[in-house]
Amino acid sequence: MPSIRLIEHENHIPEMNAPYVLITPTYADGEGRGAVPKKVIHFLNIPINRSNLLGVIGMGNRNFGATFALAARIIAQKCNVPVLDRIELAGTQEDISRVRAGLIKLRDNPCSTTAC
Amino acid sequence: MKDTAHIQIPRAINWNRLEDEKDLEVWNRLTVNFWLPEKVPLSNDIQSWAMLKDSEKELTIRVFTGLTLLDTIQNTVGAPALMPDATTPHEEAVLTNIAFMEAVHARSYSSIFSTLCSTKEIDEAFRWSEENPHLQAKAKAILDTYAPGNDPLKRKIASVFLESFLFYSGFYLPMYWSSRAKLTNTADLIRLIIRDEAVHGYYIGYKFQRALEKLPAAKQQEYKDYAFSLLFELYDIENQYTEELYDGIGLTEDVKVFLHYNANKALQNLGFEALFPPEVSNVNPAILAALSPDSENHDFFSGSGSSYVIGKAVATEDEDWNF
Ligand SMILES: Cc1cc2nc3c(=O)[nH]c(=O)nc-3n(C[C@H](O)[C@H](O)[C@H](O)COP(=O)(O)O)c2cc1C
Ligand SMILES: [Fe+2]
Ligand SMILES: [Fe+2]
Repeated sequence: MPSIRLIEHENHIPEMNAPYVLITPTYADGEGRGAVPKKVIHFLNIPINRSNLLGVIGMGNRNFGATFALAARIIAQKCNVPVLDRIELAGTQEDISRVRAGLIKLRDNPCSTTAC
Repeated sequence: MKDTAHIQIPRAINWNRLEDEKDLEVWNRLTVNFWLPEKVPLSNDIQSWAMLKDSEKELTIRVFTGLTLLDTIQNTVGAPALMPDATTPHEEAVLTNIAFMEAVHARSYSSIFSTLCSTKEIDEAFRWSEENPHLQAKAKAILDTYAPGNDPLKRKIASVFLESFLFYSGFYLPMYWSSRAKLTNTADLIRLIIRDEAVHGYYIGYKFQRALEKLPAAKQQEYKDYAFSLLFELYDIENQYTEELYDGIGLTEDVKVFLHYNANKALQNLGFEALFPPEVSNVNPAILAALSPDSENHDFFSGSGSSYVIGKAVATEDEDWNF
C-alpha cells in the first residue's frame, strides 16, 4: 500500500488528492497538552487534507493512562472521522495484520466509516 | 598544596544548545508530570481496604514491598549507574530527574501503608521481601549488570527490563482491584507511577537504540542475544514469583499473560521484535481498561471498545490549529 511519511517532508506540506488514512503518535504532557504533533496539525490545516481523510490510527502506549493515543481521538473529533485503531509502540505482528486487513476493506469500500 | 589536577570540571549545561532534541522533550514531559503521593486522597480507600480478606491484604502489602525494592534499586543504583554513560549533559540531567522520581515512587508505597495498614503488617511484609528468594534473585540479576565497570549497553538493557517488565507482576494487582472498583485511589497513584515508568523505559531504550545503531552488525547481534538471554532469566524468576504470590487468589494465569504483554513492550522499547505470540499475550480487557481509564474508544478495525462515539476526547487547544 502506498504511504507518505510526514517527517520526511522537511520544508513543505504534502497535499492528499485522494482518500487516505492518517497514522499519528501522541506526545502529550501530563494534562494532554501538545498531544497532536505540530507537523500533523500543519498538515491538517490544509482543507483538502481534511476532506480526503477517511480515519485515523493512533500510535501510543496504554501506560500513559487517560492520554493513551489521545492525538488520534482529538483529530477524530476535530475532523469528524472515526479512530480506526490504536496501536501500542511499534505494534505487534497481530496489530499489523489487523490494520492491513482493515485498510484493504476500507480501500474497497471507502464509505464504510463515514456517511459519504 | 592539594593535587587537584585529576579533577574533571564538567561544562556548564546549556539547554539552548541541544545535541539530541529528545533530551528536552523528555525533560519537559517528566517535569510536567511531577507529582507527590500527597496529591492522591489515599484515605478514601480505607473503607475499601477494610472489605478485603486478610489474605488479600497480605498479598497487596507484599506486592507493594516488592515494588518498593525495585524503585529503591532504580533510585539509588540504577539511574545513577547510567549517568557516567550519558552521551550528552542533558541526558545526565534527565537521569537525575528519573532517579529522584524513583525515590518518590518508593516513598509512595509507604504512604499507602501508613494510610491503610498496621505497623505489624508493614514490618511483616518488609521482612517477607527481604527473605523472598525470587524477589532477591531478580534484584541480584539486575544489580549484577549495574555493577561499576560493566558494559554501558548491557546496563541500559537491564534498566529497560526493570522499568518496563519487572514492575508488572506487581502493577497487575492494583489494576485488578481497580477493575473491581476496589482501592481506586491507590490505583490512581499507581497509574502515576506507571506513566513515569513508561517515559523512563522509553527514554533509556531510545538511548540504547541510538548507541546500538552505531555498532557493526556482529556487535549488534551480540547485544540482542544478551538482551534475550537476560529476559529469559528474568522471565523464569518472574514466573515463580507470580506463582508464589497469585496462586492463592487464583490469578496466576492472568498475571502471566500480563507479563508476556509487558515483556513484548520492553523488547520494543529496546527496538527488538516482540517475543510472545498473541495467543499468550492478549491481556484481559478489564485490566487494559484499568490501565487507561477515560481513553475508551470504539476502534473501527478491531470492533472493540465502547459504543461508537466520535469526539469524547477533550480537544486540547493548540494555537497552531486553524480550523
Ligand atoms: C515524551 C513522550 C510523551 C508521550 N506521551 C504519550 C501519550 O500521552 N499517550 C500515548 O499514548 N503515548 C505517548 N507516548 C508514546 C509515544 O506515542 C510512542 O512511543 C510512539 O507512538 C512510538 O513512536 P516512537 O518510538 O517513534 O517515539 C509518549 C512518548 C514520549 C517520548
Ligand atoms: Fe519507579
Ligand atoms: Fe522508573
